[in-house]
Amino acid sequence: MSKQLTNWFRFASPQTFYPLAGKMIPVFWVLAVLFGVAGLWMGFFVAPTDATQGEGYRIIFVHVPTSWMSMFIYLVMAGWAAMGLSLNARLSSMMAQALAPTGALMAFLSLWTGAFWGKPMWGTWWVWDARLTSELILFFLYLGFIALQASIEDPRRADKAGAILALVGVVNVPIIYFSVTWWNTLHQGASVSINKSPSMAMTMLWGMLLMALCLWMYSIAVALTRVRAIILERESHTEWVKQLPETKVEVAA
Amino acid sequence: MSAILAVLQRDLMVVVRRKSEALTALFFFVIVSSLFPLGIGPEPGLLRKIAPGVLWVGALLATMLALQRMFAADHADGTLEQMAISPSPLVGLVIGKIAAHWLVSGLPLVLMAPVLGLQFDLDAGALGVLMLALLLGTPVLSLVGAIGAALTLGVRGGGVLLSLLVLPLFVPVLIFGAGAVESHIAGLGAGGHLSLLAALLALSVFFAPWAATAALRIALE
Amino acid sequence: MNWNSAAEFFAMGGYALYVWGSFGACLLAFVVEPLLIRQRHSQAVRTLRRQTAAEQLEMENP
Repeated sequence: MSKQLTNWFRFASPQTFYPLAGKMIPVFWVLAVLFGVAGLWMGFFVAPTDATQGEGYRIIFVHVPTSWMSMFIYLVMAGWAAMGLSLNARLSSMMAQALAPTGALMAFLSLWTGAFWGKPMWGTWWVWDARLTSELILFFLYLGFIALQASIEDPRRADKAGAILALVGVVNVPIIYFSVTWWNTLHQGASVSINKSPSMAMTMLWGMLLMALCLWMYSIAVALTRVRAIILERESHTEWVKQLPETKVEVAA
Repeated sequence: MSAILAVLQRDLMVVVRRKSEALTALFFFVIVSSLFPLGIGPEPGLLRKIAPGVLWVGALLATMLALQRMFAADHADGTLEQMAISPSPLVGLVIGKIAAHWLVSGLPLVLMAPVLGLQFDLDAGALGVLMLALLLGTPVLSLVGAIGAALTLGVRGGGVLLSLLVLPLFVPVLIFGAGAVESHIAGLGAGGHLSLLAALLALSVFFAPWAATAALRIALE
Repeated sequence: MNWNSAAEFFAMGGYALYVWGSFGACLLAFVVEPLLIRQRHSQAVRTLRRQTAAEQLEMENP
């Protein structure tokens, strides 16, 4: 039992994690493509036309997944950052650093697809309702995290400062999630919940869930790829990095 | 407790000796609030509508201007490090600094607001709600702003970065603060918004000093 | 099957701009992001190779 535990902690070092991540990345890409094809198939060819919104509602198949991912990635990022802060683990902080740009991208796409959905349905590209505003705040929190880490020279200080910022911002995520129930505003209420049956057609629901899984696999693949680049950047002084096949330089004859 | 008061007293004394710095925030608030009616035109209906938003944004920006001052001067001359290694708990000293910041950059805004509100043709009730909302909200700005100030201590480009960091955290205060006055004017009562502001205040009083202290320790390592 | 022809599919019942504007932006993002990371990775590798080469040169010519 203890041998298993020590085995897992082995991967907490950048040196062992680097090749492991390299092997995992293709797996997640394949999963992402599979879920994506399935989700898009359901979304475009199986799910029926909506009674009130016509074909325009199909944006839901990217809008909801990107919104979910923007919140989920923030929580995961904050979790890794907290681990890096409390356990003083470099790799955990590097994971947080790797997730931030992807999370920011998801938040941006959530706002973009939301605007493109809102224009035909509500008649406006933007409205200052609770959910949109808090998603915008989330986007700025991501940018702040990235900017803060970029402007601090010492990487460990950057890690810890970023962790504090990420943790302070965590309170925003439940606000986004519950904003549609707390405030009676323009954005529609929750149609999917854990304990109640969904108020939308099963095919639409499945399309949404498959696309969400697709983006989840994509995010993992991309974050692992980015963390490998970050490891190379931050561990450039170590022997094992210099001995990697891709960085080894042939000795001049 | 005595440590908090000691730091508070010291910071206030520093401010008294360098009045110009402290008055910057207040002047900014006055100027911004006075320029808007000049720029937008004297129509009372329109002014009354934009008043809560303009006054709150002015208060926000004025507070942001003053935030960097919180730790920067003491960090530069080494006083902050002395405070960190002193036997008094650092969180107490941080609370003292936040209190000083609010007394100098927040409370004057609360007191000045009714005068500025008259420029926007707000009635007495609305002015009262505005004052109360600012009274509840400006401490939150100082508390949350302290976290940002501590995180960006000594970082190049600190001022702009600080604004980017605290802006998302200030937005709820702005929304509820301006919303309180707006809903009072609309006859719906400000109770809900003011309670939310009070909740934000309670939350930040409990958590912000600790977060700011942790950020300070990280910056001083 | 929802669509009677490819033209119908692309028209999206009149919502083409919005639907394809959304999906297009996502597709663009999910293609550009991995490319940028690949660029970052190769840059890191290049920097490391340069560093190693420089260190080797230093060792040969003290």
